[in-house]
Amino acid sequence: MRYSFLAGIVSIGLVVGSAYLLATGAVADDALDATVNKVMRDSFTGASPEQWASRIEQDEVQAYCSRFRNSPPPEIVERILELSNKEFRYPLDGKLLGDWRKGEKLASSGRGGHIGTIRPDPPGRKRGANCYACHALARSELSAGNLGPSLTDYGKQDGNSPATIKLVYQKIYNAQAFYPCSQMPRFGHNQWLTPEEVADAVAFLLDPHSPVNQ
Amino acid sequence: MRSRAVVLCVAAVVLGICASAGGYAQTTMDEIMRYREMLKEANPAELLELEGEELWATPAGPNNATLEACDLGLGPGVLKGAYARLPRYFPDTDKVQDAESRIVTCMMQLQGFTRKDAIRGWHKPGSKNEALVTFVATQSRGDVIDVPATHPREAEMHRVGQELFYRRSGPLDFACSTCHGLDDRRIRLQELPNLSTKEGAQTSMSQWPAYRVSQGVVWTMQRRLIDCIRQMRWPEPEFLSDTVVALQVYMQNNASGVVLEAPGIKR
Ligand code: HEC
Ligand code: HEC
Repeated sequence: MRYSFLAGIVSIGLVVGSAYLLATGAVADDALDATVNKVMRDSFTGASPEQWASRIEQDEVQAYCSRFRNSPPPEIVERILELSNKEFRYPLDGKLLGDWRKGEKLASSGRGGHIGTIRPDPPGRKRGANCYACHALARSELSAGNLGPSLTDYGKQDGNSPATIKLVYQKIYNAQAFYPCSQMPRFGHNQWLTPEEVADAVAFLLDPHSPVNQ
Repeated sequence: MRSRAVVLCVAAVVLGICASAGGYAQTTMDEIMRYREMLKEANPAELLELEGEELWATPAGPNNATLEACDLGLGPGVLKGAYARLPRYFPDTDKVQDAESRIVTCMMQLQGFTRKDAIRGWHKPGSKNEALVTFVATQSRGDVIDVPATHPREAEMHRVGQELFYRRSGPLDFACSTCHGLDDRRIRLQELPNLSTKEGAQTSMSQWPAYRVSQGVVWTMQRRLIDCIRQMRWPEPEFLSDTVVALQVYMQNNASGVVLEAPGIKR
């Protein structure tokens, strides 16, 4: 099985995680959490209640990953997998392999979603997914980051069988459904991308015509 | 003055290169390294430093007073080495303060400014706040960053800063540690210091405030952090707020032991 985001990595994460916690014990307690929350309350006074709820307050998964420094212990790993595999939304037409050209545009754009007074995005600006910030993809694009693994030739090995397509769709929709506390944004779960856009990103990775596989 | 004008021209050329590169070609990094060497002798931030020096010693505000008696932690009027030991706890305000918040305190206490007037336009290029911080920081050039965070209030801010550094939230699940928690990482081609380690923090923190070649302006650490938080798609924290100060306690503590080279030169 070539997809390293499947089970194997989770068990590595477990070992590393437990070793890390034993070594440093660097896990917050409730008192510190309360202080941090107060500091944030006093610091983000310009945020609207809606911004608080969607951008500062943590969901359960974010809270675990912060507290355990992205290396959760086994029972938390299980809990995150359970929460993350609960709901996937799919495109209404059922097509999980979209348009690779649109996927390429999404992968190249880091725009959208900036708020505040200093340099906000204009309202309604289309959000990019900025896959290139973290991944190498098409060989021709040299300006690629390395926070995540190279995805060049991603569609070449397992091709684009329906099973592969669904797995990769789910990975982009919610990376933590396979790898608890992955640093990769949960693009579909957080509604940063629509299901149709996730399908376009899948096509960019798996479509044989996509430059990722040339 | 003549040599300064030349320096600014050089900087403008770099700016041109950066602005047109768009994709952050590797050559841009190389160019910056070269110009960094060239500009070391005459960093364009010196203009802002001079402006800050003048602001420091010119009577202003309702009290028509200067800032020369400002206590940055080493006693009234002592500038040398003060920036390298910030943030620290100040009994008179009962707060842990960084250079920026402490200078604003002095503007209020000595000159009689309201807080609102003291920070007006703080993020505009060449603002009073940036000039004053640049001047104050330069007075510690060559001093060793030393923020042990031993006072109980400093220790608390250090723990808060560390928690904040790893705190993930928002629509992209980002924390500072997403981008600054591992060695040898890049976003696109921009190199990301690992600020959780001594070495990474020292490499970075020794260079701030910094002249940003891509923007042609000096940025203070508050400005830098508030922009990273913007990239995280969080709302803006308030200027001078404890969130921004706590993160600096954490990073300055990690960086302690390195010689301050401010003002630095950054992309
Ligand atoms: C902020 C960084 C970041 C961004 C942005 C990002 N990723 Fe990732 N990605 C990662 C990391 C880290 C991993 C490795 C951990 C994991 O598998 O979750 C990863 C893993 C993956 C994997 C699994 C690779 C494998 O087989 O092991 C796929 C597929 C993937 N990313 C696709 C994408 C796509 C498509 C986008 C844009 C829509 C994207 N990523 C954006 C960080 C990122
Ligand atoms: C999405 C990625 C990302 C996140 C999240 C992020 N930063 Fe940054 N940060 C950057 C980039 C990119 C740069 C370098 C920008 C440049 O070169 O112009 C940077 C620069 C910095 C620097 C200056 C480093 C130097 O060059 O000396 C500091 C300090 C810093 N960030 C701290 C933080 C802190 C603290 C947080 C969390 C509040 C944070 N960053 C969150 C991307 C990020």
